[in-house]
Amino acid sequence: MIELADIYKRFAGSGGAALNGVSLSVSRGEVFGVIGPSGAGKSTLIRLINALETPSAGRVVVDGTDLAGLSAGDLRALRRRIGMIFQNFGLLASRTVAANVAFPLKLTGIGRSDREAKVAALLGRVGLSDHAGKYPAQLSGGQKQRVGIARALATDPDILLCDEATSALDPETTRNVLDLLRSLNRDLGLTIVLITHEMDVVRAVCDRVAVLERGEIVESGRVADIFAQAAHPATRRMLAAIGA
Amino acid sequence: MSGWFSHLDWGDIAQACLDTLTMLGASLVLTVLLGVPLGVLLFLTAERQISQNRIVNAVLGMVVNILRSVPFVILLIVMIPLTVALVGTSLGVVGAIPPLVVGAAPFYARLVEGALREVDRTTIEAAQAMGATTRQIVTGALIPEAMPGLISGATVTAVALVSFTAMAGVVGAGGLGDLAIRFGYQRFQTDVMFVTVLLLVLLVQAIQIAGDRLARRFSHR
Repeated sequence: MIELADIYKRFAGSGGAALNGVSLSVSRGEVFGVIGPSGAGKSTLIRLINALETPSAGRVVVDGTDLAGLSAGDLRALRRRIGMIFQNFGLLASRTVAANVAFPLKLTGIGRSDREAKVAALLGRVGLSDHAGKYPAQLSGGQKQRVGIARALATDPDILLCDEATSALDPETTRNVLDLLRSLNRDLGLTIVLITHEMDVVRAVCDRVAVLERGEIVESGRVADIFAQAAHPATRRMLAAIGA
Repeated sequence: MSGWFSHLDWGDIAQACLDTLTMLGASLVLTVLLGVPLGVLLFLTAERQISQNRIVNAVLGMVVNILRSVPFVILLIVMIPLTVALVGTSLGVVGAIPPLVVGAAPFYARLVEGALREVDRTTIEAAQAMGATTRQIVTGALIPEAMPGLISGATVTAVALVSFTAMAGVVGAGGLGDLAIRFGYQRFQTDVMFVTVLLLVLLVQAIQIAGDRLARRFSHR
């Protein structure tokens, strides 16, 4: 479903490389985690998948399409099949919950009545039907992220990218949001790629995990295997941090 | 007898009010129409923004800075040929409007740029991730999100325009500021000075209160 092949990424001005020869592949219907300390290159890595970042070298292939060759229009079409949620939610403060969820549908020119039906269904799915008319500022962090999820699902994507989606939330809210992601994966067959710095998140939802440190994947495999016997010191440090 | 209030010609003052309001209204509308796109371009082409373009950004930035550094009185004079070409005259209320707009639009464009920078970067990224075009990001996300800031900026610009209109008397544009300078200051008619300045103070207060209210209506934070 998603292939990153030998990716290098350098940023102009900064001396070091953000990503240094990263390869990974994510299968359809999988929940794949990338864990690492801040500054490891996780944000850059997840942004390669919907071309918010482009690699300095290497290939990104999503569902058989090499992103490097895409026209602007084709890239936008592809992005509609990849939902994304963010640590800071990225909701439009000037619009209501319903209008936020409707926004991606409006972009594609879907008619008002279809839009309203879809928004109602999505808000029901994330348990926010009663909050449709509120503004984001009136919601809790967990509710905001649910709006983010509903919005990301509006265009019926095959893939959901989660950029530290629970890092701004308390432990209980985190668990609720992760449960929701799990059920979306199960019910819709949604492929999920998430980045996090918390091993707890990986343990709760991921099938497989890659450990990223200083722009390199130092270890990867099934979550159960990594928890049973982590080989790399970076992984062991993160496991020790949650007492596993 | 030159007693207190003896110089006051209320007809003149009413006409001056009308002239000031006409100049202010017309030039503010045109300033916003020019300043918003200019500010959006300045923002979009800046480093690490979605349409990053060093050359366009540098050229626009330089033009804006040059126009902002020319004193308004000088701008009034040097623009006379352009003003005549644009509106057919360089005199009166109509002749004052082009220099007012050229003086204020770059100022407002910088305020627009600043307001857009305040928009949460993640909302722009989220719109990009949804497959929005640059135009859709600007009209659907950036401008609505920055609306309170755009309105506050327009309020500041409107107040600046009020003081610009005072200088437009140089080209015979009239207005309250012109009355204050020509009669109140140059002819020592303190009463005229007092009344016109008081009216200007009231005008600025009204602009500020209206701007603040409008900005609050668009704010959902």
